[in-house]
Amino acid sequence: MNPIEFERVAGWVAPGSRVLDLGCGDGALLAHLREARQVHGYGLEIDIDNIVRCVARGVNVVQADLDQGLAAFDTDSFDTVILLQTLQAVRFPANLLREMLRVGREGVVTFPNFGHWRARAQLGLGGRMPVTPALPSQWFETENIHLFTIKDFDALCADEGIAVVEVAVLDSKRRASLLSALWPTLFGELAVYRVRRM
Amino acid sequence: MKQVSSEQPTAATLAPGDRLPHEDLGSGPPRDPTRGPADPMRNHLAPDSVGLVVPHSARFEHALELDCGRRLDGFELVYETYGELNAARSNAVLICHALSGDHHAAGYHDEDDLKPGWWDACIGPGKAIDTRRFFVVCPNNLGSCRGSTGPLTIDPDSAEPYGPGFPIVTVRDWVRAQAALAQRLGIAQWAAVVGGSLGGMNAMQWAIDLPERVRHCVMIAVAPRLSAQNIAFNEVARQAIRSDPDFHDGHYYRHGLVPRRGLMLARMLGHITYLSEDSMRQKFGRELREGRLTFDFDINFQVESYLRHQGTAFVDRFDANSYLLMTKLLDYFDPAAEFGGDLVAALRRVQARSLVLSFSTDWRFTTERSLEVVHAMMKAGGEVSFAEINAAFGHDSFLMPVPDYLRVFGAYMLGIPT
Repeated sequence: MNPIEFERVAGWVAPGSRVLDLGCGDGALLAHLREARQVHGYGLEIDIDNIVRCVARGVNVVQADLDQGLAAFDTDSFDTVILLQTLQAVRFPANLLREMLRVGREGVVTFPNFGHWRARAQLGLGGRMPVTPALPSQWFETENIHLFTIKDFDALCADEGIAVVEVAVLDSKRRASLLSALWPTLFGELAVYRVRRM
Repeated sequence: MKQVSSEQPTAATLAPGDRLPHEDLGSGPPRDPTRGPADPMRNHLAPDSVGLVVPHSARFEHALELDCGRRLDGFELVYETYGELNAARSNAVLICHALSGDHHAAGYHDEDDLKPGWWDACIGPGKAIDTRRFFVVCPNNLGSCRGSTGPLTIDPDSAEPYGPGFPIVTVRDWVRAQAALAQRLGIAQWAAVVGGSLGGMNAMQWAIDLPERVRHCVMIAVAPRLSAQNIAFNEVARQAIRSDPDFHDGHYYRHGLVPRRGLMLARMLGHITYLSEDSMRQKFGRELREGRLTFDFDINFQVESYLRHQGTAFVDRFDANSYLLMTKLLDYFDPAAEFGGDLVAALRRVQARSLVLSFSTDWRFTTERSLEVVHAMMKAGGEVSFAEINAAFGHDSFLMPVPDYLRVFGAYMLGIPT
């Protein structure tokens, strides 16, 4: 995870709160939240190698497949549910978004913006599915099965009655630049959203 | 106390090294081929073996009040230890054995031993439970027949073995007895309490009953309590034993008899439930012992031969009254019962960080049962991690050197400060 995304996400998590990190990877964020913000967190992760890494650093990790949903978790059982660069890789994104905002009072979602000019140029002018720093794999190898843009996500939030509390759009250098602030869907490569139920 | 036979029967139809776990008790995992040729004179010298070990015995003269309302006026626990207790006495790990397990968890009793202790896959220098870091204690539990006080012990009142009159002990009683052993060894708090199957349930009970004395709890292939199907299998096993004409209501010692057929049947049934359908299919398929059907009720299929061998081997090392008692103790395990059936309330007492592991092919205690424990711990606000290990060997996978299992388990244990 890049440091700016990391900082931005961590900054939105209240100290001492209960956090569920969906697709927590090697547990780096949860370890950071525990040490820097005394957060009590659990990660859900499917990959056994990542589970070994989480366990080794003392992060609570529960093996789970996000496509199976979050039915095991009670409503409002977490303060914040985090989903970093994973929404585009699950089978039922809208469902998972609804579920994470049922289980948590607030959600933090990050995703690669498919509307970035580089992706548009490769598809629109080149006629090929884009391979960019944010979307590094060929279409036949990628885990990303639901590609979408910042505008698409805004529309989904509106449809689902999800309130966008804060947004940070990072450009290809993963900075919050002027261009990405003015035209996020065109110049933003990674979107970082803080959302909650309306 | 009656001495249990240590005779090792030989497998009639299986090649050495070609075996499934639980093959007889005390059996360890299959040999690691990288350790060179199977030379019984050298096994104990392997660098990752705890080597030659000697069982110890601790006698307790105080009365132990039992859940059933009866009491034992003193008791004895046989146990083994591996590694060394550090000066701060902060590196002790309690190993809890399963239904038919015992105190011999790792290493060899004798240079000629072919098989190490039952959990040698996980205990030793550099293994998941690293004996260079931890002082490992494994007691044989009350009611067993492997040296600790149980049905084979002479009842001081009658000067006969307790036999069927031995009280039905519970997992909570085990915790009380193990706590007495901890005190005797000067261990105020375990770095970890660890176990698989019934042993994992024993670990869970420790973390609930004496929370301040357990820093970490590792529960492998467990359930929060038995299902109707689990109890049903145990009941068939018990009926097999109790309906054996040689059982004599449990007083078979008086007649110089052993309910061999019943105990063998009980073990055969249990053994089927410890394995997965896949592992049996891969190992035996429908392979015929004599290459043809013989149109009689002798052994036709290799799997029949294997099960009979397992059953008879078990009879030579386990007491029928103990087996009855252990299955009952397993049926009774239900830590939520004291909390009105609320598992979350029971687990709210736990202070230990916990690791729960299940195995993909375990149909005796499935992943769903482990997740009941995990989700209840999360609701209780506990510190818990969980993984389902892909492994072929069914419930018995916890005894096997499955690489992903050893990696997760080892990483967790390595993170425990001593």
